[in-house]
Amino acid sequence: MSFPALEAQGVCKYFSADGSRPLLPLPWLGRQAKKVAAVEDISFRLPRGEILGILGPNGSGKSTLVRLVATLLLPDKGWIRVFGHDVVREAAAVKKMINRVSAEAAFFKRLSAVENLMYAARLYGMEGRTARRRIGEILERLGIAAEKAREPLEELSRGMQQKVAIARAFLTSPVLLLLDEPTTGLDPRSKREVQDFIRELRAVHDTTVLLTTHDMAEADSLCDRVAIMCDGRFVALDTPARLKASLEPTHVRASLEDVFLALTGKELQAEEEAA
Amino acid sequence: MIALPAQAVRMHARAAYAFVERNFNLVRRYWGWELVWLVYSIANALAITYIGAGMQHISGAVVDTNYLVLYLLVGSLVWGYLDIVFHSISETIAWERWEGTIEYTFMAPVSRLTHLVGQTLFSLVYGLLFTSVVFGVVALFFRLDIQGANLLGALAVGAAGSLSFIGFGIVAAVLPLLFPEKGSQMTHVVEAVLLLVSGVYYPVSVLPSWMQRVAAISPATYALEGIRLAILAQSTWGALFPYMLRLVVMGFVTIPLGVWVFGLAERYAKRTGRLKRSG
Repeated sequence: MSFPALEAQGVCKYFSADGSRPLLPLPWLGRQAKKVAAVEDISFRLPRGEILGILGPNGSGKSTLVRLVATLLLPDKGWIRVFGHDVVREAAAVKKMINRVSAEAAFFKRLSAVENLMYAARLYGMEGRTARRRIGEILERLGIAAEKAREPLEELSRGMQQKVAIARAFLTSPVLLLLDEPTTGLDPRSKREVQDFIRELRAVHDTTVLLTTHDMAEADSLCDRVAIMCDGRFVALDTPARLKASLEPTHVRASLEDVFLALTGKELQAEEEAA
Repeated sequence: MIALPAQAVRMHARAAYAFVERNFNLVRRYWGWELVWLVYSIANALAITYIGAGMQHISGAVVDTNYLVLYLLVGSLVWGYLDIVFHSISETIAWERWEGTIEYTFMAPVSRLTHLVGQTLFSLVYGLLFTSVVFGVVALFFRLDIQGANLLGALAVGAAGSLSFIGFGIVAAVLPLLFPEKGSQMTHVVEAVLLLVSGVYYPVSVLPSWMQRVAAISPATYALEGIRLAILAQSTWGALFPYMLRLVVMGFVTIPLGVWVFGLAERYAKRTGRLKRSG
């Protein structure tokens, strides 16, 4: 039986409102926290090999959804399965299949790219010699010189750090790659290099990708389908072409930004600037 | 007992080694901090040990200076070692949170037990190396007479003490997981209380009776008493056995308890979103 790469049904996640979190993690002691919905009733299926983009402003619940898939959060309602494995009950099996790249490159910044990648390789059970060979190959493919790869990561540019983050994901050969705003804050050239690498990952390794972004052009060019997320909910999910076509005939040559505005009543760019 | 397939054991061993290698790489990269910490620890051990050397001058009474110097030096070194073990383990979470890697590590296909085993191995090796250097330097300043001391017995008590401190460290590591902003400081409170009640620089018997009751549940109390008996009283293995047994039993209780509590805390952190770097 073949399972979709990722499947979610009725997923909800609530957090305590700011300042209302109790001092001790004991629900029967003291006041109860007020809850706000970060993710509300999300359902979707992501077939193997597809790139699904989630488009939404800051605070729309994109990163929370990615964290739920990544086993870093537990859903309050609903379920999520990765290749048929439940992210809560079978977290160990799910963890072997996924990797995540976030906007903040989560590295030991004093360690070099090679040291960080060795740490990742060993965590995923790779043998030292194989890991060293693979790291060399991947860094070369990404155009990171050997001497740069031995410098502390904090001395490399943001674009270079993000490339190392992608290399780390590549190293562990995930079948489902979670990209949480991987190109945020990158210069146009670095952004294009990261996007090319994502395409290559899919083409070479048949990797399924869940990509969150608030870059309309990125979503349009990279993704097979795009979900528009607002206030924790999916308000639309379709191919970029069909989403844009849905605005016709009122809009001629509609962009994803027009679609976003029409569906949410919000301007994504303005939201980003205010945030 | 379920036999683990050899490949699975190798995978766990590699993952555990990932933490050892990473931590030694961090020690190397933060060598300046390590040097400062080493100088501080040596100065601290010397300052405490010189109290023993100067006691005859301070009190005017005749005292066994060698005994007093050794008494304080054992306290300083054993506490220094146990503190490193406790700190390295209890800061497992705080350290990752500070570096911003906590989510990456928790997303990796590594059981928490393997994670903690790796962190513990590092803490034991690092603690031993660090304490040996401190002892090597401090020993140059004093004419230490340890003839007849049961050094192997002292090491065995120290090893048993490490076991129980590992459990305490794992339990304390839960605090930064539950309280992202203040958890790390809370572990310092635990350390300070253990230092106060465990008879590091004075016998537990001089403490108020309520503090002595707290001392009874501190593994450092038994580790220090056992090591002092081995070195200062040249006690036999038979005399050291009750101390080692108590420490091993404490370890066997606190390590599984710590892993279990850690698991509960991890689940709570994942339910409430406290793994996130900013908390």
